[in-house]
Amino acid sequence: MIAETFAFGESPVHRLDPRVRVIVGTLFAVVAALADRFDVLGAALGLAVLMTFAARLHPLAVLKRLALVNGLVLFLWVVLPFTYNGTPWFYLGPLVAAKEGIRLCAIITLKSNAIVLWSIVFFSTMPVATLGHAMNRLKMPVKLTALLLLTYRYIFVLEAELNQLVRAARIRSFSPGTNLHTYRTYAYLVGMLMVRAADRGERVHQAMVCRGFSGKFYCLDEMEFTFRDAAWGGFLALVIFFLAIWQWAL
Amino acid sequence: MHISEGVLSGPVLAAGAAVAVAGTAYGLKKLDFEKIPRAAVLSAGFFVASLVHVPIGVSSAHLILNGILGLLLGWTAFPAIAVALMLQAVLFQFGGITTLGVNTVVMAAPAVFCYLVFGKIVAKGGPMGMAGAFACGFFSVLLSGVLVALALFLTEENFFEAAAAVLGAHVVIMIAEGVFSVICIEFLRKVQPGMLPGAQ
Repeated sequence: MIAETFAFGESPVHRLDPRVRVIVGTLFAVVAALADRFDVLGAALGLAVLMTFAARLHPLAVLKRLALVNGLVLFLWVVLPFTYNGTPWFYLGPLVAAKEGIRLCAIITLKSNAIVLWSIVFFSTMPVATLGHAMNRLKMPVKLTALLLLTYRYIFVLEAELNQLVRAARIRSFSPGTNLHTYRTYAYLVGMLMVRAADRGERVHQAMVCRGFSGKFYCLDEMEFTFRDAAWGGFLALVIFFLAIWQWAL
Repeated sequence: MHISEGVLSGPVLAAGAAVAVAGTAYGLKKLDFEKIPRAAVLSAGFFVASLVHVPIGVSSAHLILNGILGLLLGWTAFPAIAVALMLQAVLFQFGGITTLGVNTVVMAAPAVFCYLVFGKIVAKGGPMGMAGAFACGFFSVLLSGVLVALALFLTEENFFEAAAAVLGAHVVIMIAEGVFSVICIEFLRKVQPGMLPGAQ
């Protein structure tokens, strides 16, 4: 099921102007991605955790997302310490764990979790439709936002179509395994999904033309920039700026 | 194939973003406003299809499909993939804002490459067309894997073994995706040949 778990809620973050959220979210991610100091990244992660509470997100749902994201991080923990050419720190049978490798893993873990948490708080707390409108207001290419909004509009429809096809296969006693029959079934299924998508795209276009679509995509969302948005935005930008100073100037 | 946030170095992220912006801008330029609804619904289709898990031995893998996407969308694959990755980042936290550029290049560059190299061969049909479709599925995954490995390696030379492991794990997926592409393309040739390259 595709769901927007964090998009709706009552919190200072949810009330913030979407444009402010997009800008603040991006700034933090860039600073954190470039930072490489333990103290700075620790502070960044702490801030992100704080903001998660400020946004009143369900902790269990957030942890579930983090667990998924940490898959690659875990993989690096398994491989990197033992393949890194550095000063040996401890031995595990024939394997040598390098100090620098472990340090790098720790840095990546902090960084990854800080950025992901912050992104949940600032990007996932709005429906994609609002994100599209915010991008439009921030002067992103019109075609790109139109593509984003229409793709978003139709993933739910096509998910239903896919489920219908899967259900039809299951009713005919299809049980997947590693064989050509399974691959053929799935390939036909995906092919059919594409055929239906293309047909639907055609119909959507015709329906839009009927309603006067002439190549311009309007976003009517006005988005009010209030004093509170300015205060929050300014404060968060200042905090991020301080993190950057801490990382590169101190 | 996603690279998570926080792994890659600044220069690699910047280079990925630059290439992604250029590719997306070119793709958008080639995409008429008229074609946007069709492209959007198709990329929604690919987004959903990539949630399908196909069994491979004891494990299973989700479909990548960037080869077929390239064949059906051409240069539009770039913005379509950028948008799909944005949605994945916002909805599932797979990838994110700083890796959006690199991940777009990882998925979209092979898609466009396959379209340019194998599009004409696939359009011919027959055994050659089938071979082209296989190559499309196979090389799109191979190139994506190579790009992931390269991004990791350029970040930190000690990522070499990890990058090699990622690439190795994808060998089976390359073959599976190749077979899958042949069947899927032949299906489309029978049902809706107008969707394949060379038909417009």
